[in-house]
Amino acid sequence: MIIVLSIMVAGIIIGAMLNDKKKIISIIDKLTNWAIYALLFLLGISVGLNKTIINNLDNIGVNALIITVGAVFGSIIMALITFKLFFKKQKTNKL
Amino acid sequence: MKNSLIILLFFVAGVILGLFHFLPDIMLNNDFSKYALYVLMLLVGISVGSDKSSWKALIKYKYKIFLVPLCVIIGSLLGSLLISFLLPDLEMKEVLAVGAGFGYYSLSSILITEISGQTLGVIALLSNIMREIITLLSSPLFAKYFGKLAPIASGGATSMDTTLPIIVKSSGKEYAIISIFSGIVLTILVPFFVTIILKLL
Repeated sequence: MIIVLSIMVAGIIIGAMLNDKKKIISIIDKLTNWAIYALLFLLGISVGLNKTIINNLDNIGVNALIITVGAVFGSIIMALITFKLFFKKQKTNKL
Repeated sequence: MKNSLIILLFFVAGVILGLFHFLPDIMLNNDFSKYALYVLMLLVGISVGSDKSSWKALIKYKYKIFLVPLCVIIGSLLGSLLISFLLPDLEMKEVLAVGAGFGYYSLSSILITEISGQTLGVIALLSNIMREIITLLSSPLFAKYFGKLAPIASGGATSMDTTLPIIVKSSGKEYAIISIFSGIVLTILVPFFVTIILKLL
């Protein structure tokens, strides 16, 4: 995983050096989409080949939903606290 | 939303082809996903690094802007931690790693698949897609009852792109930069959090 992380850091440095070259950035965005499509397609294939996952898909879906509910509610409750403590009163003198 | 539907379509197409073994032997016997992941990470890095608006926001809001991604991290992990007691068939660190996807389903699902296997990878994929969908559907409601930062927090890493329009609509234009900044910080941190949680806890 260290390889993956260092590749991303290298990307950030390259991106910072590219400045705002819009053409390159729009190409990068398109390539990103295709890389994601390719990855999810490949993930789909390995899932399709995996009998344990296919036979437990309902169970997996329920687990996923429960985790999402926990993560989202945790986040918005923390956001409410942060908003009230640090952002709200600032609004009167223009945030 | 359109983009995530396309992604879901590619995933489903892969599942169907895999299910019926309707693929050339090269695809069945080799795992190309690692190399595709390397390419993706490089591209994500470049687009994050080239986006200057976040650096400007940093100057404007100073330290306060960091509180937003920070509260998403604490909230997501705390929420996942508490909810993990309802999920006896998953280890706590597995639930935490899924929650640490912060909505970034493509990257987190692939990373988690590489580290912990496909079952947890698929849970991460579905869970984080659901996070994006919930944000798209409920942002107006969240902004009303949980404050203007709530849609940004719910969006997690997606608050910089796919959920940004609905966030701006729900919270107001003045939150756009905060939203983009928070999304970028979380996008960068997802691979670190997922790896650290699964490997060290």
